[in-house]
Amino acid sequence: MKDFALLFAALDETNKTNEKVSILRDYFTNVSDSEKIHTLALFTGRKPKRQINSTLVKQWAMEMANIPQWLFEESYQVVGDLGETIALLLPESKGRHEKDLAEWIAEINSLGSLTEEERKTWLLDSWSSMTQQERFVFNKILTGSFRIGVSQSLIVKALSEISGLQASTITHRIMGNWNPDTFSFYDLIQEQDASDDLSRPYPFCLAYAIQETSDKQKTAEEIEADLGDPGEWQAEWKWDGIRAQAIHRQGKIFIWSRGEELATDKFPELHPFLYDLPAGTVLDGEAICFVDGHPMPFNVLQTRIGRKNLSKKILAESPMAFIAYDCLEFAGDDIRSMPLAHRRSVLERLHILTEHKDIFRISPVVNFSNWKDLYDLRLKSRDNYAEGFMLKRLNSVYQTGRKRGDWWKWKVDPLSVDAVMIYAQKGHGRRADLYTDYTFAVWDGDKLVPFAKAYSGLTDKEIKQVDYFIKRNTLEKFGPVRTVKPELVFEIGFEGINKSSRHKSGVALRFPRILRWRQDKKIEEADSIEVLKSMLGD
Amino acid sequence: MARPLLQFNENGIYCAAGDFYIDPWRPVDDAVLTHAHSDHARWGSKRYLAHDLSREVLKYRLGDITLETMGYGETLYKNGVKISFHPAGHVIGSAQVRVEHKGNVWVVSGDYKLEDDGVCTPFEPVKCNTFISECTFGMPVYKWKSPKEIHDEINNWWRKNKEEGKNSVIAGYSLGKAQRILQHLDLSIGKIFLHGVIANTNEALARNGITLQETTRITSETSKEEIKGAMIICPPSALGSPWMRKFQPYSFGYCSGWMSLRGAKRRMAADRGFVLSDHADWDGLIQAIDATDCDCVCLTHGYTASFTRYLNEIGFDAHEAHTYYGGDEASEEDHLTTDIVNSEGDVITDKQVSDAQEEEEL
Repeated sequence: MKDFALLFAALDETNKTNEKVSILRDYFTNVSDSEKIHTLALFTGRKPKRQINSTLVKQWAMEMANIPQWLFEESYQVVGDLGETIALLLPESKGRHEKDLAEWIAEINSLGSLTEEERKTWLLDSWSSMTQQERFVFNKILTGSFRIGVSQSLIVKALSEISGLQASTITHRIMGNWNPDTFSFYDLIQEQDASDDLSRPYPFCLAYAIQETSDKQKTAEEIEADLGDPGEWQAEWKWDGIRAQAIHRQGKIFIWSRGEELATDKFPELHPFLYDLPAGTVLDGEAICFVDGHPMPFNVLQTRIGRKNLSKKILAESPMAFIAYDCLEFAGDDIRSMPLAHRRSVLERLHILTEHKDIFRISPVVNFSNWKDLYDLRLKSRDNYAEGFMLKRLNSVYQTGRKRGDWWKWKVDPLSVDAVMIYAQKGHGRRADLYTDYTFAVWDGDKLVPFAKAYSGLTDKEIKQVDYFIKRNTLEKFGPVRTVKPELVFEIGFEGINKSSRHKSGVALRFPRILRWRQDKKIEEADSIEVLKSMLGD
Repeated sequence: MARPLLQFNENGIYCAAGDFYIDPWRPVDDAVLTHAHSDHARWGSKRYLAHDLSREVLKYRLGDITLETMGYGETLYKNGVKISFHPAGHVIGSAQVRVEHKGNVWVVSGDYKLEDDGVCTPFEPVKCNTFISECTFGMPVYKWKSPKEIHDEINNWWRKNKEEGKNSVIAGYSLGKAQRILQHLDLSIGKIFLHGVIANTNEALARNGITLQETTRITSETSKEEIKGAMIICPPSALGSPWMRKFQPYSFGYCSGWMSLRGAKRRMAADRGFVLSDHADWDGLIQAIDATDCDCVCLTHGYTASFTRYLNEIGFDAHEAHTYYGGDEASEEDHLTTDIVNSEGDVITDKQVSDAQEEEEL
């Protein structure tokens, strides 16, 4: 654990990519294979199951630190991270331990069979044996909140350097359904392709936004200057569903979401068409709700994603379909290195053969002969149930991860309203102890009615100024939330808007965010709820 | 009931019986200063009283002022109110101000810390009826490690940077933190250079008889060759300024109590954060307050609300006071940026700096 805690601290202390890779390389060279694979699991989001709920962890930490609950909660507000708060509050430890990361994780995993009293004893003893730095990473692992500011590509780079394997090979091998008990470091670095895992998806090819900011529109001419001959490009609508890979291999099916979550059970409607695909097929596309031949807004899908049990009612209200736009594996062969035009023809052939055309859909290619036509058509994206276009180079291979050049997303401008900040709460992590989470309101008659929360969109300097304002203009405090004097106006952007009976305003926004601080506007100039409602459409 | 000996009004902490202010934030006739940091020593008052060792720095910062000074333990009367200074351990020349009138004793802590930093006179508790204490770090998550450990970390960091062919740039407030860092640097590693503001401050301290380790001022003539592998001490305001360019390649370290939180450290984007503070930590505050045997304690700048509530719960008679020393929840932003300097590191103006930009912590 000491090595792992030091690794975490060292990575925390540099912003430089090269140094991070070198720190990781040194670490991987020095620790045991079992620690390596556990570290890799943690760094790729494969956390051990949470065995003690955070309420109990908090309660026992308060007892050990000997402070009242309210002070613990306020400390948490200041620090912005539960694991760190506890590490800072516990009394200095006198004990020691010799366990490495793998051993600690094994202990955490075996807690399931202990009584609550035994877990408490175990936890207090564990804390007593650790340094502050160790406690911090241990708490993060224990509470299931372990995250690290190191991209997967850096870890892959370090592993590639010490193993001599291609980065793309490692990226592929660490995807899919594994955990440190089923997959060893040896499996990772062995010579032959580890294609025995039937479930393993390919790394998703990701697109950059061609329009870097929503502030500045790119004209058709600028797009032309960036992308060149329209004849080299394929345009498709950009769908607002869940990016997913659908796999059929040897009679088994798997559906992976982009967050590398196995989502097969979440989408039972997709199973029949997948089973009917030829074995050895992997499709890339969008899982999305479809009613009366139209994709539904994302919030329809959202109502069912989180559910453990999909009731008949939910299945009837939000039926799924799959809009495919690429084929990555055909007849058991990885065809990612073939050009897009070829992969598209494979996909179209598969589609012709399917008997499930209402479920297995194919993203239509949007024909255009010049960028101006496409620009004009993009403004009608919402009428086509899309968020804009995807632009893909016809002769491009299917890349690993986010690479600049071949795939672009060209989104329609966000909807926006001017709104007044009325509540504020402190942020977490980098924004701990600063008021960065705001609630915004629009006018309903002479009252301000809250309609959205937004976090991002301000510069550090603006955050500082807003924080300064909030601390000096607080009207009331409710726990961590402050009611702020209505004075600041912000332009709030969002991707979509839907009716909602759960919200006071009667509307729910998709991806609300701050576009800019309107220091030029007074609160009387903010928009009204009618403006929002007029955006609802039908 | 009689009028309290000290009161908070719109100008600062006022002693009606003696007709003077302690650390006023607006110009007044008579100002008694706890120390020379700009949120406590503001420009514009007619007469100042401060500790002997604050004399030259105050003149450097506030210009031609009418200033009287005295040492620790000496006494002076203003309109029958007895005033004395006692070591606060915050920075060189920092004092707790003790005022006594008709048997009633109040102490204003100013800023303070309990550890001996090896540079300024260590803190001494003073018995009183009412104690006005700062609480910048009045949350239990703030607990300092021993200064020795931190100074070792700084020297090890310097050594490692030098081995890797990098210069070391370390930031700390020009009065206090800068001297504290300087005095504990291991000169066998390399040479130490100073930003102009810190060099000026050190020269002022030298006029006050304070000797510090050997250093060189950075000027436009300083060559890249000279500073190879050196340690450069600068104020936080130099961070991100063009002045830093000449030091490349460098590693940047930041010294502050705020560095104990990961979030604050990430916001500063420093390569290294060193938890080195000139304020008392949670345990230090409670210990200091307890040692005064006071009947009543007033808390100023910092986490006043939470700290006051906690003190009341453990049996003190504690009250929150509102001051202009950093806002009700001093965040490091309230404390950041110091003097406005030009690219040579010289102060452009001291007096036109608005409140928001002034140096605090600190």
